[in-house]
Amino acid sequence: MSGDGFRRAFAPALRLLLLLPPLLLSLLLPPMLPLLLPLLLGSFVMTAEAADTTRYGLGRAPTQKEIDAWDIDVRPDFVGLPKGSGSVARGQDLWDNKCASCHGVFGESNEVFNPIIGGTAADDAKTGVVKSLTTSELQRTTMMKLSSLATLWDYIRRAMPWNAPKSLSPDDVYALTAYILNLADLVPSGFVLSDANIRETEKLLPNRNGMTRSHGMWDIRGKPDVRNSGCMKDCAVDITPRSAIPDYARNAHGNLADQNRMFGGVRGIDTTKPVGTPTMAAESAPAVAMHPGLALANRQGCMACHAIDRKLLGPSFQEVASRRASNGAASELADRIKAGGSGQWGTIPMPAQSQLSSADARSLAEWIVAGAGTKERSK
Amino acid sequence: MHDAKIPGRIVKAPENHLTSDDVRVIRGARRRAFLKSAMAIGTGAALTAGKAIAVSDGEDAILKLPAHTTTLGQPVAARAYGTPSTHEQNLQRRESPGLTRVSAASVAFTPLQGLFGIITPSGLHFERHHQGWHDIDPAQHRLMLHGLVRSPRVYTMDDLMRLPSVSRIHFIECGANTGMEWNNVAVPTVQYTHGMLSCCEFTGVPLSLLLDECGFDRKRGRYILAEGADGSSMTRTIAIERALDDVLVAYGMNGEMLRPENGYPLRLVVPGVQGISWVKWLRRIKVGDQPFGTKDETLHYVDLMPDGLQRQYTSIQECKSVITSPSGGQLLQGKGFYNITGLAWSGRGKVLRVDVSVDGGRNWRIARLETPVLTKSLTRFNVDWTWDGKPVVLQSRATDETGYVQPMMAQLRAVRGTRSIYHNNAIQSWRIAESGEVGNVHVG
Repeated sequence: MSGDGFRRAFAPALRLLLLLPPLLLSLLLPPMLPLLLPLLLGSFVMTAEAADTTRYGLGRAPTQKEIDAWDIDVRPDFVGLPKGSGSVARGQDLWDNKCASCHGVFGESNEVFNPIIGGTAADDAKTGVVKSLTTSELQRTTMMKLSSLATLWDYIRRAMPWNAPKSLSPDDVYALTAYILNLADLVPSGFVLSDANIRETEKLLPNRNGMTRSHGMWDIRGKPDVRNSGCMKDCAVDITPRSAIPDYARNAHGNLADQNRMFGGVRGIDTTKPVGTPTMAAESAPAVAMHPGLALANRQGCMACHAIDRKLLGPSFQEVASRRASNGAASELADRIKAGGSGQWGTIPMPAQSQLSSADARSLAEWIVAGAGTKERSK
Repeated sequence: MHDAKIPGRIVKAPENHLTSDDVRVIRGARRRAFLKSAMAIGTGAALTAGKAIAVSDGEDAILKLPAHTTTLGQPVAARAYGTPSTHEQNLQRRESPGLTRVSAASVAFTPLQGLFGIITPSGLHFERHHQGWHDIDPAQHRLMLHGLVRSPRVYTMDDLMRLPSVSRIHFIECGANTGMEWNNVAVPTVQYTHGMLSCCEFTGVPLSLLLDECGFDRKRGRYILAEGADGSSMTRTIAIERALDDVLVAYGMNGEMLRPENGYPLRLVVPGVQGISWVKWLRRIKVGDQPFGTKDETLHYVDLMPDGLQRQYTSIQECKSVITSPSGGQLLQGKGFYNITGLAWSGRGKVLRVDVSVDGGRNWRIARLETPVLTKSLTRFNVDWTWDGKPVVLQSRATDETGYVQPMMAQLRAVRGTRSIYHNNAIQSWRIAESGEVGNVHVG
């Protein structure tokens, strides 16, 4: 029992003693001793529950190991950062195996997620505000926005890699952070990032001064930055239409007739027909149930890198099926899915899918080898 | 400048409001429309008013008894957990094509165009996941409170569901709702412009109770960190004043447990604050003395201003409204009477009033607010309207109890530019063409 716990355990008894006037106490204490002693002794063996000072007495105290297991956040002032280090070179190894398939070899890819690298200039580090943020309509990259290095470190550790979060050791995370900084031209290729130099290293971030909290949207009583008048009659407003969905894009979100009720005050527009066609909404096509294989592929994140009928980062499932038509192909493919690898379909490696159960790997493989649903569809 | 204290006005029901000329015009239009299409699709119930019936004895829907009137129906509990009618399949959560490339880090929008009242059906609550969703075993789920507290605590679901509970109706809106519309019109319907918005009755334990239970440090404890149990273990900072005000650690939603997509078995409910802070699959609350500067407070959910600085910790969802019907992508069924209906809400309290314009914002009418009007909740408004068949632009404009009036798009852009992605609470315009087609439009 900790000192604190000891005091808490004794608190009721102590409070009782303090309540009694000293004189009364001196008279009463000797006869009370036989009564008090078991109570005091008993408190040494009290369980955590009995020492509870909570009002409702529910829940329990976590062990230190339990707190440590979950207490993984690292604050911008680096409180919570574990000791460790990692080199750019080791980061590159990890990157090529676990990260490049989604983020691109140079962190530049915009295929699966927003790019990490790009949009910053060597001069930005002087002011700590990325200049292209003031002018550019370019997609913002991680390095353009990042103001604190701890945030990047924390996020990699808690959420990466995409399909196996929290599998990286602190040293792995240092190495990957170092490599990302190297890709952004902020540190040389021989650089080693550690808990000892991470504060200094943060001073290299191009957007380290790029944040402001000067706005009224954090506090519920904050002052709004925009005021409208609430004019009711003959208001001087410009009602010129500035922007609308172009006619050619009217079906870009699918047939809107199928996204509204088929009865009631209004219908959805049949956007498969040209603008202004005076038509009632067409009967909607019956929904096609999703194949369990496709559902599994969606669930397991396969579709992040693969499509059924075209190459994304990885080959299309149709291509895979056409190469694996022989007997036993499914079980081979199931192993391949679980183990990952590279070379068969180009240089971008497929990360190991160790989280997949053997049964799921097998179901996926069977579905892919059978044509990933395309053969049924074409019937 | 109007008096912000005037409550929503009650308008009489619309009987006999049409002149005999109006009636003649509408009937003529309906007859023409009916002759073109009603026979082909069989029912055409909406078009059969008065003389427009084109059959001599009446319509088959009445004269010929259908199977459901002449046969035995299905038994009780045929579907032990009820599902909507098969005729309602059009109203579903949908992704916006091209918005995201990975459906495990994406959003599915609520079909506001077809919903009534203020409660979002649980199965249509919008979805936003950062690294996919899981159906967590509640027996294995734990909530830990620690940090600047006297005694850290771990709770099971058993513990949490024994504690005093409260039930409250609140809206939840993603900070990026309407975010595609800063620069130009990008999406066609209210499902995609405003569908990262839902409103449910949430049941759970006040966070203040749990913080009291573990004896948080009232001097140094100025912020909490909330963390999810999913792969992303999403984290957000919440100032202690907000955490102690009306935040709930919720397990219930609309009378049942939370849906897995919405955080089953436990999520944070942070009324008035953007959805990202309503951490799902909540596993940890840490009390600290500094903000935590998490990924979703540094790389995302920061509002880029024209000067290149990013506003960090923008949280409160300012007052906003939208007409949900008639709305973009819908088709009016001819001239005549329509009920204009929509939703209004404010992260700073109650909606005080909603004004509706049918001329692009020149002139406004006060809408009827339907009860209940609750704090940090959706409020339903309705307005009577007769369409004369000419092109119009519909708008709604909400005022909250602080007196704040929902801004015009141009006013927002003048301050925040067009690249801030988040917190677009501008007045929405819907243009109705002569054809009856309703489209998303920006004016001014």
